[in-house]
Amino acid sequence: MSTAHATGVLHETSAAATEDQALVRVHDLHFARGRKKIFQGLTFDVPRGRITTIIGPSGTGKTTLLKMIGGQLRPTQGSIAFDGQDVASLSRKSLYALRKRMGMLFQSGALLTDLSVFDNVAFPLREHTDLPDSLVSHLVLMRLHAVGLRGARDLYPAELSGGMARRAALARALVFDPMMIMYDEPFTGQDPISMGVLLELIHTVNHALGLTSLMVSHDLTEALSISDHVVIISEGVVVEAGSPEQLRASQSEWTQQFLNGSPDGPVPFQLAAPDYATELLGTGADAPTASGSDR
Amino acid sequence: MIDRVARFGRFWLDALERFGRAQLFLARTLGGLPSLVPRFGLLVRQLHATGVMTLSIILVSGLFVGMVLALQGYNLLQGFGAEAALGQAVALTLVRELGPVVTGLLFAGRAGSAMTAEIGLMKATEQLSGLEMMAVDPFKRVYAPRLFAGFLALPMLAAMFSAVGVLGGYLVGVEVLGVDAGAYWSNMQSSVAFVEDVCQGLVKALVFGLVVSWIAIFEGADCIPTSEGVSAATTRTVVYSSLSVLGLDFVLTAIMF
Repeated sequence: MSTAHATGVLHETSAAATEDQALVRVHDLHFARGRKKIFQGLTFDVPRGRITTIIGPSGTGKTTLLKMIGGQLRPTQGSIAFDGQDVASLSRKSLYALRKRMGMLFQSGALLTDLSVFDNVAFPLREHTDLPDSLVSHLVLMRLHAVGLRGARDLYPAELSGGMARRAALARALVFDPMMIMYDEPFTGQDPISMGVLLELIHTVNHALGLTSLMVSHDLTEALSISDHVVIISEGVVVEAGSPEQLRASQSEWTQQFLNGSPDGPVPFQLAAPDYATELLGTGADAPTASGSDR
Repeated sequence: MIDRVARFGRFWLDALERFGRAQLFLARTLGGLPSLVPRFGLLVRQLHATGVMTLSIILVSGLFVGMVLALQGYNLLQGFGAEAALGQAVALTLVRELGPVVTGLLFAGRAGSAMTAEIGLMKATEQLSGLEMMAVDPFKRVYAPRLFAGFLALPMLAAMFSAVGVLGGYLVGVEVLGVDAGAYWSNMQSSVAFVEDVCQGLVKALVFGLVVSWIAIFEGADCIPTSEGVSAATTRTVVYSSLSVLGLDFVLTAIMF
């Protein structure tokens, strides 16, 4: 397994991905929940000013990784550096200062349900600044206009569709002019129009505002269409990393299974289980009993 | 046998570990109280949610409890020819015991469960994580206002419960059963001491307010972020709060009276 991973990793050659241009550097990351090992030596960079997508099987820890970059979880070993600062070693005050430089778009939007769309977007400004109301109003309306929701300013989150909620959350994530935005499954459950709107927004926002974007997504076709850099992770390590073109040309079985959506391959269709024939024929120690004791 | 002993030990270790976490949680929440000064509006909003929204059930319950006390007390006192002491009996029972205790139980069922469900759903819908990622401390923005609001609201509610209960006792004792109105009020006035009875009853209510709010907020923040997890946390809030109110009532009564 580890050999397959090691040989599959591509080393990106473009200058943009060199170490000094990486905004986030994940090095030898280890993390476990109870006895389950989530990461076992994860190492990759997020190039500055580009859109990076992390893909991998469900349950492989992609959302956990975003939370670790945001400092909500701490690694058991290894390091995560954001703009040169080791996230795990920061004090709470420094961590909160760091988080003002990063935005996160949660899968559910995570809008505060007791506030209107306008107040949700204004929330970070009101919490962290003493700007006059008129200036807050202008900033909020500019962000809402950018995501096409200026007309929804007085609606509450419960009155928004899933796509509108994510656009409002994107406006909120942008209101503090962050260096990087992390997107957790931004396209899940979206109709084609909403998905197209979100794709366009992520792409436009990243390039127009000179941001760095880090996205976790299962929607490969859409995600790869706007990504500059892709990292495939599985079983706690990086399987392969590179540009979408490099991955499409890859000979790695892992990469091809992900990109083609093959049901069987290095990620097996069948979970590890006792021998099928032995179980069906009822012989051997693992055979089911009449009382159903294996349930 | 060994397995049972191990499970028993594990259960208590887990319970102790959780109690320790709850205390650390309380300490961090109390540390967030100074941040309420610039966020006074949050406290007012929580006082409305926990206090004003619980007022109707408190007033109705207080009225009926006072009426029942008068009915039972009259039957008992009449046997000794002491029905004139009905006002004293109703007031002392309400101010010392039933006011804080029943208000604490009702508060746990109405406001405590609502606090747990709200915070649990905020956790399940990633709102708490969202606040963290916006560099906003949930201990200051979410937990501290609720804890302080519960601490302030419960004594006020208990005072209103007792006041309405005294009026309920008057309605049944004086208007229905014929106890002399002057005796009802004057006996009450002469036997109920402000510091020993009223203030110590309010001290009980303050303690109950703190404990019930602490349990409610901690259970919400500590719940498993699923519908089953929020449901179980809400149930735990009502059970633990009710038992805590009754247990602490005994301890405080033994200390103060």
